[in-house]
Amino acid sequence: MMQAGFVAALLDPDLPVPAGLVAPDGAPAGRRFDVYRNTVAGGLTRVLEAGFPALRRLVGADFFAAMAGVFLRAHPPRSRILMLYGADFPGFLQHFPPVAHLPYLPDVARLEQALRDSYHAADHRPADLGAIPPEALLGCRLRLAPSARLLRSAWPVRSIRAAALQGGPSPAWRAEDVLVLRAGFDPEPHLLPPGGGAMLAALIGGATLGAAMDAGGEGCDAAAVLGLLLAQGAVAGVECAE
Amino acid sequence: MTMQAKTLAVASALACAMTVQLSGAAKADEMEKCYGVALAGQNDCKAGEGTTCAGTSKVDYQGNAWKLVPAGTCTTMELPAGMDGMARMGSMEPLDRDMAM
Repeated sequence: MMQAGFVAALLDPDLPVPAGLVAPDGAPAGRRFDVYRNTVAGGLTRVLEAGFPALRRLVGADFFAAMAGVFLRAHPPRSRILMLYGADFPGFLQHFPPVAHLPYLPDVARLEQALRDSYHAADHRPADLGAIPPEALLGCRLRLAPSARLLRSAWPVRSIRAAALQGGPSPAWRAEDVLVLRAGFDPEPHLLPPGGGAMLAALIGGATLGAAMDAGGEGCDAAAVLGLLLAQGAVAGVECAE
Repeated sequence: MTMQAKTLAVASALACAMTVQLSGAAKADEMEKCYGVALAGQNDCKAGEGTTCAGTSKVDYQGNAWKLVPAGTCTTMELPAGMDGMARMGSMEPLDRDMAM
């Protein structure tokens, strides 16, 4: 009971300071609790600001902080690991009326979350595909790196993020499929060619390379997609039927 | 896609990858991973709220902050009106503030 009341009061400044909290001199510790309460909300807001810089640029710092305040009260952390905090943010944005007129925001948040996930994902050793003949490789399943993240968006999500962070011209109006890969230690969002999203979705879903290339469709530049995976060392394993 | 086309695509991708690998092989070994919670370049540590806000009795961004509208680059980014008749992205119109939480 005591803990539940403490947590509720932490997240709602209109609630009174929990009963029984006293300073060393025995006086009610109201001001101390207020500082702690502000630290919790402020700290979580800083985490979101650090994790979603493009989103913050898109809506502005003031709006972002206010939005973060609503989010952190609706979705307080479920883990003590702050680097994981914010995974619910894209879904929250999808149903947040004040940004309903900016329908691309949830996907921008998904891309930023994918970059965070990728950064913290496990390391891997790139598989050596050089020993497998191309015909045989078509029948193999490729396991992607733990740090690989595919995002298929109806919006120019990668271009919007780049424009938000670096400036530049308005993005062209198009759908963009993005593959986040971490070749060294920093994740990069790579724009996929047409059909690349479908091909990779099939590959991630367990299709063989040949079947995944078919899933990409006629216009799919499969060599470019595979070339990207290999150049970035993003294939972590190969399983070939005998 | 025909079998030949697929084989060709894989072969060309493999050939490209070999040249890239030769030129970039040493990169990963020269770096050292710094484990932490922040993205690279963002891991500055500064005194936070707990040290500076002793007079702050409430957080400064409460529900009443919804006088705000998104005022970042959304407002300068001009995507064309959508297929579904959606308005331009950069609206500065007042927003629905019916924000019961």
